[in-house]
Amino acid sequence: MKVGVIVFPGTNCDRDTKWAFEKIGAKADFIWHTEHNLNGYDLIVLPGGFSYGDYLRSGAIARFSPVMQNVAEFAKKGGYVLGICNGFQILLESHLLPGAMTRNENLHFISKFHHLKVINNDNKFLQNLNVGDIVNIPIAHAEGNYKADEETLKEMYDNGQVLLKYCDENGNELNPNGSVDSIAGICNKQKNVFGLMPHPERAMESILGGVDGIKMIEGFIK
Amino acid sequence: MIVAVNVHLKKGVLDPQGKAVLHALETLGFKDVKDVRVGKQILLNIDTEDKEKAIEEAKKMADELLANPVIENYEIEVKE
Repeated sequence: MKVGVIVFPGTNCDRDTKWAFEKIGAKADFIWHTEHNLNGYDLIVLPGGFSYGDYLRSGAIARFSPVMQNVAEFAKKGGYVLGICNGFQILLESHLLPGAMTRNENLHFISKFHHLKVINNDNKFLQNLNVGDIVNIPIAHAEGNYKADEETLKEMYDNGQVLLKYCDENGNELNPNGSVDSIAGICNKQKNVFGLMPHPERAMESILGGVDGIKMIEGFIK
Repeated sequence: MIVAVNVHLKKGVLDPQGKAVLHALETLGFKDVKDVRVGKQILLNIDTEDKEKAIEEAKKMADELLANPVIENYEIEVKE
């Protein structure tokens, strides 16, 4: 299992992400955003951060980085792509995932552990979890207020593309940022491109608050 | 030629910044303000004298990058 972690100017979760995948037994490399070669990788991860200082809109400029053309081709050929936080925003701006992000409803940058409910596990990413499982994963974002129009949403539900929703510890809906239907994570129709705002790579050590991230990212290697 | 692209969130999309500004204005005593929408203006200095061409170019830029059609609308305005 070989993972490529893309690094844009302003990315800041690249090291945590590489370390997280190495912890579960994968090999991981950094790929600078000017590179083009994605051959030999089983999974490409767009990590969190503030690519290009979030100028214009989060992820809007990173979309035009040289490597993104190769990421789009990689995805088109069926390669697995995971976008975490800012990586998710970049995938939305690149139209590799449906919808868009806006500012959190309360305008605050929210940084805390938050519970998530698994809505669909019929995909590589969440295959080790059951529908209805609750995981506790840190969130850290100011623009995580996910939006999609009704038609797109319906299509996403019909295709099993809505993967994770924000909830409380008992699984009741609890919406930190105003996302439509409390959506925290989605995938594309072909189920090879995944995006979520929470940071599974920050939930890998019990001493740091929890290990639920392991169950999630392990889906890509087991 | 200076062309302005004015970008705003679409009508149905909640504008939290606008809401916060509205509440601040209310606190200041401006009771007649019913709604506030916060957008952004992007000023483009385009090297042409052809007004129609400038508008056409700006429209392409807005569609491809300056606005996100999922959540935002835009208007184009020639300044000078």
